[in-house]
Amino acid sequence: MPKRTDIKKILLLGSGPIIIGQACEFDYSGTQACKALREDGYEIVLANSNPATIMTDPEFADQTYIEPLTPEFIEMIIEKERPDAILSTLGGQTALNLAMKLYENGTLAKYKVKMLGADYNVIKKAEDRELFKKSMIKIGMDVPESAFAHTVEEARAAAEKIGFPVIIRPSFTLGGTGGGIANTMEELERTASLGIELSIINEVLVEKSIAGWKEYELEVMRDHKDNVVIVCSIENLDPMGIHTGDSITVAPQQTLTDKEYQNMRDAAIKIIREIGVETGGSNIQFAVEPKTGRMVVIEMNPRVSRSSALASKATGFPIAKFAAKLAVGYSLDEIQNDITKETPASFEPTIDYCVVKAPRFTFEKFPEAKDILGVQMKSVGETMAIGRTFKEALQKALRGLEIGHTGLDNKLDHHDIPDDRVRRKLEEPNASRIFYVKYALQKGWSIEKIYQLTNIDPWFLAHIEEIVKFEEQLMETFRRDRTIPDGMLRKAKEYGFSDAQLAAIMFIKETDVRKLRKEKGITACFKLVDTCAAEFEAYTPYFYSTYDQEDEAVLQIRKTAQKVKRPKKKIMILGGGPNRIGQGIEFDYCCVHASFALKESGYETIMVNSNPETVSTDYDISDRLYFEPLTFEDVMNIVDVEKPDGVIVQFGGQTPLNLARRLHEAGVPIVGTSVESIDLAEDREKFSEIIKGLGLAQPPNGSARSTEEAVAIAQRIGYPVLARPSYVLGGRAMRIIYDDKTLLSFIAEAKEVSEGHPVLIDKFIEDAMEIDVDAICDGQQTYVGGIMEHIENAGIHSGDSACVLPPTTVNESIINQIREDTGRLAKALEVVGLLNIQLALKGRKIYVLEVNPRASRTVPFVSKATGIPLAKIAAQVMIGNNLASFNLPEDFSAKLKHVSVKESVLPFSRFSGVDIVLGPEMKSTGEVMGIASTFGEAYAKSQMSANQALPRKGRIFLSVKDDDKRAIVFIAKRLRDMNFTLVSTRGTAKVLKSNGVEADAVDRYDQGRHHLLNLMTLMQKNEIALIVNTPSGESSQYDMRSIRAAAILHNIPCITTLQGAWAAVNGIEATKSKAFTIQSLQGYYSIQRGMLNAV
Amino acid sequence: MKDAILYLEDGASFKGHALTVPGESAGEVVFNTAMSGYQEILTDPSYAGQIVVMTYPLIGNYGVNNEDVESNKIHVKGFVVKEFCRHHSNYRATQSLVDYLNENKILAIEGVDTRALTRHLRVKGVMRGIISTQDFDLKSLAEKMKKVPSMEGADLVKDVTTAQKYVWPRNGGPEPKFKVAAIDCGIKFNILRILTKMGCEVHVFPAKATVQEIMAVKPDGLFLSNGPGDPAAVTYVIETVKQFFGKMPIFGICLGHQILGLAFGGGTFKLKFGHHGANHPIKDLLNEKIGITSQNHGFCVSIKGLKPDEVEMIDINLNDQTLAGIRHKKFPIFSVQHHPEASPGPHDAQYLFKHFIDMMEKQQTAAS
Repeated sequence: MPKRTDIKKILLLGSGPIIIGQACEFDYSGTQACKALREDGYEIVLANSNPATIMTDPEFADQTYIEPLTPEFIEMIIEKERPDAILSTLGGQTALNLAMKLYENGTLAKYKVKMLGADYNVIKKAEDRELFKKSMIKIGMDVPESAFAHTVEEARAAAEKIGFPVIIRPSFTLGGTGGGIANTMEELERTASLGIELSIINEVLVEKSIAGWKEYELEVMRDHKDNVVIVCSIENLDPMGIHTGDSITVAPQQTLTDKEYQNMRDAAIKIIREIGVETGGSNIQFAVEPKTGRMVVIEMNPRVSRSSALASKATGFPIAKFAAKLAVGYSLDEIQNDITKETPASFEPTIDYCVVKAPRFTFEKFPEAKDILGVQMKSVGETMAIGRTFKEALQKALRGLEIGHTGLDNKLDHHDIPDDRVRRKLEEPNASRIFYVKYALQKGWSIEKIYQLTNIDPWFLAHIEEIVKFEEQLMETFRRDRTIPDGMLRKAKEYGFSDAQLAAIMFIKETDVRKLRKEKGITACFKLVDTCAAEFEAYTPYFYSTYDQEDEAVLQIRKTAQKVKRPKKKIMILGGGPNRIGQGIEFDYCCVHASFALKESGYETIMVNSNPETVSTDYDISDRLYFEPLTFEDVMNIVDVEKPDGVIVQFGGQTPLNLARRLHEAGVPIVGTSVESIDLAEDREKFSEIIKGLGLAQPPNGSARSTEEAVAIAQRIGYPVLARPSYVLGGRAMRIIYDDKTLLSFIAEAKEVSEGHPVLIDKFIEDAMEIDVDAICDGQQTYVGGIMEHIENAGIHSGDSACVLPPTTVNESIINQIREDTGRLAKALEVVGLLNIQLALKGRKIYVLEVNPRASRTVPFVSKATGIPLAKIAAQVMIGNNLASFNLPEDFSAKLKHVSVKESVLPFSRFSGVDIVLGPEMKSTGEVMGIASTFGEAYAKSQMSANQALPRKGRIFLSVKDDDKRAIVFIAKRLRDMNFTLVSTRGTAKVLKSNGVEADAVDRYDQGRHHLLNLMTLMQKNEIALIVNTPSGESSQYDMRSIRAAAILHNIPCITTLQGAWAAVNGIEATKSKAFTIQSLQGYYSIQRGMLNAV
Repeated sequence: MKDAILYLEDGASFKGHALTVPGESAGEVVFNTAMSGYQEILTDPSYAGQIVVMTYPLIGNYGVNNEDVESNKIHVKGFVVKEFCRHHSNYRATQSLVDYLNENKILAIEGVDTRALTRHLRVKGVMRGIISTQDFDLKSLAEKMKKVPSMEGADLVKDVTTAQKYVWPRNGGPEPKFKVAAIDCGIKFNILRILTKMGCEVHVFPAKATVQEIMAVKPDGLFLSNGPGDPAAVTYVIETVKQFFGKMPIFGICLGHQILGLAFGGGTFKLKFGHHGANHPIKDLLNEKIGITSQNHGFCVSIKGLKPDEVEMIDINLNDQTLAGIRHKKFPIFSVQHHPEASPGPHDAQYLFKHFIDMMEKQQTAAS
């Protein structure tokens, strides 16, 4: 049967902001779905609150709503757009939960909207633990034994029956609180009694712990004719007990015989049928007991997932695209495999390489959080590497993580690490465990011993041991002969050793290793990812490097060249690698735009990236895709083969920018802003000269190479100062410092972060407003794309601060001044392409804080707000077009009729014990956008999207530092006028009362004074609707920590700045005075165009 | 590790090294795209006379065991992989793959750019090849190549068929309801396991068994097995099979299917590089269902030769639209080109054994 004709308009739900566990893989899946469905003539209405996505580009849907993903807003969209169907299986858990709510509250029935892919009952059956377990038992599947208990006695009985160890999971508590593993009856009694107490229905699930078992995932697809295929199998290196998102994983599965694998496959097919996922992709997880082969079913996701994105990139089989096609009625055999063009999608990809995915963590951002991995996901990104062997893929993955490792290298000398530390690091899963496996092997520990400590399958350990042993051979050979023979060098490359690793072994420079092996003809070759292990001719240009004999990229490039009369010019775009805090989807967005724009202009585009979650690594985006780590060596290997006419380094964030100088020195043509200019902006002294030369102001500053210098600078410019190591991204290790003592300890830490680079010290301008500018310069002319006013004061990292475009409190003359300054700065720095400027505004004085001649995090936001595709224009400017040719509306962003607010989304709930106060170090994982005709409404929407909706009624807690006490009176008055009850600490309450504002004084904790309410209890009882707490200075900052931590636990919005409080008041007023309105981006833009034309 | 070479009849050669016994071995070079199931592949008699190249680069991961065999010996003439696993891991493993190959004196080489080799075979078609650890002289290898027999016209069934008739042991299986006569052209054990498990007593006959010998056990159905070589060369089985038309249900797999096609008066032809893998989609034209199947064949029944009033197509290969299954319009006879017994591969087509059982059941009911 071909596509359904009973539906014409489909509402597609996105996944909202990037959070841990839900990243840009859903932009990839949603973008694919939009493309696939529009190709078939469906009208697409898209809802997503995340502006940094490709899917929310206005050309990807007919109507694009950047609105909060809440049932109320989606109902408004449904009411306005009247879609025939809703597709919720491509937007992660967010979209799935949203669709469930819309079903439950009757919205879908009311507007006769059909659910595509999986319907309500299917989702319920898959998501509800008990229903799922029952279904599994019904079809004869094995599941971990479990029982519910309501008393400690029942728990004891259950544990006795099941056998230790057991996991205790209290029912209906937040984020698994109160749960834990029990190995003995004593532990069980303790955990169970706590769990029963914490559970609101006094119930715990006692489940057999299968931590340590082997963990597998199968990616399954089914069509409405009940055809089922397994797209990919994945085996986890880290066993059960560590979240699969935090595990190193391998595709395909390695250690199951065909008999065992086929049993798993049969089980997966039975499960998808029983659960009833009608069409689309699902992910099913299994655990296998290593000693017996017993296989149990763990869980199922009845939707496209992070693993599906990985499976798609690992095999070349576009799961999301096909899921969308299946959802509208196609069957698998009616869809063509794009890669082979001859064969249908109804097959199972077979691969002839090994794929390794490694998670990227950011514990360094949250020093208070423990670096221990468990069942709750903590990684913020991932990298994928492809090699012909596991050894090669593993080493490529580790260097692709960009965490300072050049492979499975020797960051530490195993002699220096005490055995008990190694033992602990093996026993207790953590972010660097894989390196400790190496140290243990170097210490001579046996595979068996390491297996006992880690439960990492001996197959993986043996391969790591081969790497270690071979490295020892290399070292020994070099020590003895002062050279490495060609055969060994080649083998080293086949084992995935990077040039940098070999350089360390041979005591030479990395570039000399490269030179040496090129002389010997040991060069990387590129193989194709083709879904079929070369059985059919493949047309899709998706490559990875390896050390083997035949180079298919060379063959394909030659063939392409033969087909055309005049070969196209080639531009290579370097992506951003794994997501991390400070470098995420925004940069991928820019890279994708560059590729689109240059393709349109007749260039051949070449994408290089290692992040499987992204749109840029969809093989559909560029003319050729190289799935490779973004290191100098790996990029140069591609350059050798492709010989691009230009390379773009300014769109992928800091990763490619850090490579710029070395690539430039190696003769690679970098297009756009020159490497010299990039360096100029980074060089504080030279940059200061430029600022002075232009007559602009900068906070007094200096760069220190020693402790003495640092103290001298700080005393010269006066505290507080903003200190940071140079050459870091996302404000890593940046701090506001108030005294000498803190400065000294900071310098000591900073040395570790950025060895060999000076520490930069700026005067911190207190109570200044921060302003961000995104602009494009063609070397002569500058176009200001957007000026954003930060809602939080300067001093909070721009990536964490909410901002508004156009500015609401800055007057026109200052705006004009900023525009003029931007043009002069851009010209002085000879920027060709994008630039981002951060300014501080105090009174009427403008200070230049930073200029970055590259794409910034706000480029997608500004583009969405204004409708001007900045990244696309910048890409064209970089290849030589001038700005005048684009006919851009002058002074546009300030005259917008709508207001856009960007709000950041923070991962604190994942890291217990971490304080939520923002500072100069960036901590957010994602962002949302609120658009409306007034600031108040836009801000209120942004807060809803960030899952911290402003209250309309209830009790608000106020506690502010002394400096803010005067200002808080006005805020409090307005809140009282809107019928909120106020409570505050005694100090603040006194000030309020003396100013005639009624407020109850409360203690923070229960201090036995029963006449006073205490905040903690109120929070626990859900009787606090909003917290406004501005912490004072560094020392007393910790006072309110536990309060803020509790706010996170109870999901109470918590505002920590006065400006934030003002914005909240505006937002609350807007929501109380009139109902929310919605408008699609296309709608906003057409109003805007009308206005422009009228002028 | 000794250096080794794989020399192909078109003059191309690929370097690798041998982990196993030194020597020289020749055969038709085919590639298999299954990612697991190497032990089953090695022991599948259909690979007699062939050098098998595995496209999946990591081979030997889970070792070998005593259960996952498809016959009593390794049949491949040589084995070519990218990397052999030195340290297998699986609870059922009894031995490493390399030891197993060594013990069976199979010449196996690794370090070959198996993807380049596969691409070569795909573009140029399957061809003969010689693996050597002794002779690296291309001229001398070319001379030797002349003596390597071609697969076309080769009767390899005689080399792999059972010498004597036997009955597959029940091994605690159900009480047999049917007696099946299986003509062994190189039968895979899993076919016997499945039939026995489904209530058949399977009598396995040498390929040259006569009609009388077979009829003597009074079978309820006839099974035609898979096997190596050119189906057209196995004239004796083709003739035997014809005698059973209309007498009892017949089910053929792979070579058995090709033999049936020839017995129906059709023709067979050699595919460019065959189908060897575990991911081939076929469509069952009777129920419109798609199954992912295990395949292993170099020859194919031509659709054109079959009489449309007698024989109809029931399965089609969706990758290249070749014929994948036929049935007789009047008699309870059907056959498939793919491998419903899997091993290695998916179990999607296992329901076909049930069809066969149903046919025998129906016949029994009709007779009583």
